Amino acid sequence: MAKVPVQFTLNGSEKAEFVESGTTLLNALRDKIGDTSPKGGCHQGTCGACSVIIDGELRLSCLTLAETCGGADIRTTAGLAEGGVLHPLQRAFLDAFATQCGFCTPGMIMAAKVLLDRTPNPSREDVVEALSGNICRCTGYEPIIQAVLLAARANSQNAA
Amino acid sequence: MAIRRGRGIAAINYPTGMNLGGDPTQALVHSTPTGNFMVTLSSVDLGQGMKQIMAQICAETIGVPTDRVVIDTADTDTGPHCMGTFASRGTHRAGNAVIQAAKEARQVMLEVAAEELEVNASDLETDGQGNIQVKGAPQKSISIFDVALSAHFKRGRSISGRGMFLIPRSYPEKETGAMKPSTCYAHACTVAEVEVDDETGEVTVLTVKNVFEIGRALNPKMVEQQLVGGSWMGISHALSETTEPYYPNRDHGGTDFNQYLMPGPGDLAETEIIVLERPSADGPFGAKGPGEMCANPQIPAVANAVFDAVGVRIDTLPITPERILRALKAQAAG
Ligand code: FES
Ligand code: FES
Repeated sequence: MAKVPVQFTLNGSEKAEFVESGTTLLNALRDKIGDTSPKGGCHQGTCGACSVIIDGELRLSCLTLAETCGGADIRTTAGLAEGGVLHPLQRAFLDAFATQCGFCTPGMIMAAKVLLDRTPNPSREDVVEALSGNICRCTGYEPIIQAVLLAARANSQNAA
Repeated sequence: MAIRRGRGIAAINYPTGMNLGGDPTQALVHSTPTGNFMVTLSSVDLGQGMKQIMAQICAETIGVPTDRVVIDTADTDTGPHCMGTFASRGTHRAGNAVIQAAKEARQVMLEVAAEELEVNASDLETDGQGNIQVKGAPQKSISIFDVALSAHFKRGRSISGRGMFLIPRSYPEKETGAMKPSTCYAHACTVAEVEVDDETGEVTVLTVKNVFEIGRALNPKMVEQQLVGGSWMGISHALSETTEPYYPNRDHGGTDFNQYLMPGPGDLAETEIIVLERPSADGPFGAKGPGEMCANPQIPAVANAVFDAVGVRIDTLPITPERILRALKAQAAG
């Protein structure tokens, strides 16, 4: 199969790769570029583990072809910490004991980030809605919901 | 046709591990030249917190801060033998093995310190901060860092220890068939409140109140985390999860995990967790196994609550709307 060039920004830095036509963004990120923070759970759009942010929108990287991402601004959980300081969502997931195996965590954090970027003070219902496309086997969800609410509170305190 | 409420209760005894063929776990502990301690295990951390708990157990036994312990569970081919992390056995079996290995390593560490301080090893104690001191004379002390350097570069000793914990195989008595499948049991009780729609057969779990008796909680926050997730999983088993098709024809069955249903974040019951700590006789620092145990009592509690609500006994899992409606139909037909 023919290789196609693709160029995009990943967590602020330019990436250029040749990928086989039809390669998913998930596989391009993990196998070509080496960002393994998006996880491949189902590879068919139902678990949310592969969630990334493309041009500000929450996207499933397993259903996105890499070749359609030319010029895009792509964000993953691996790019959240700044200068070794965890992002408030990462901090909150730790403090709320919201991860066990951690497989769902990067996808959950991506979904939560898009929520908080748009709705800085979400209700519990907002959080549930935002996480409803992401499956977790371990936590029973409640600690994750609490972590997102905790991060929102921490953000609003910092802003105040 | 109406929404009917019901309440169900269930209590369980749950064995910590099993010993149908003998149940061993081994651990090795050694110090690095800088006085950190490596614990080598084949017991895998798959999210249940094995590494943290083993680090706590090793640190407590040797007498150093937990962050001085590194857990290596890299390879089940080359590591010390472990039967595996299942049947709620990880903390209990591996924890006991780590205690034995850490005790042996501690003894060597104290012997080296004794030579450096020119005292008897039996007169020494650890301060828990990374130092070894003479009992009653804490000004006479040496850091574990220096003890490790001395062992490695001066005295040619390996500060290390071997640990083995084995629950031997239990054979049934010929006459009675009685045997001892486990040496240690955790306990739990759950009260579930449900609403059952007797028109659609749909069950909504309103509240689950759980009490878990798990021996000593070695890390209370992580225990709570297990129990919250386990309680959810119990409800998931009761009402949703199956690899069999919901409908009789196999063609309608799930073909992958996309069709393996579980409650999502919008379907959570109000959940309460209470922990009772009754230290076990043979567990590490009194621990039992809370892992798999905690997802069990919700299942019979939900089944009992469904019976209380609509008067039908569902004895096949999961308790699907279809099963409830068929049972109601059979009941109406008398
Ligand atoms: S891997 Fe993309 S949704 Fe599951
Ligand atoms: S923490 Fe294991 S899947 Fe969510």
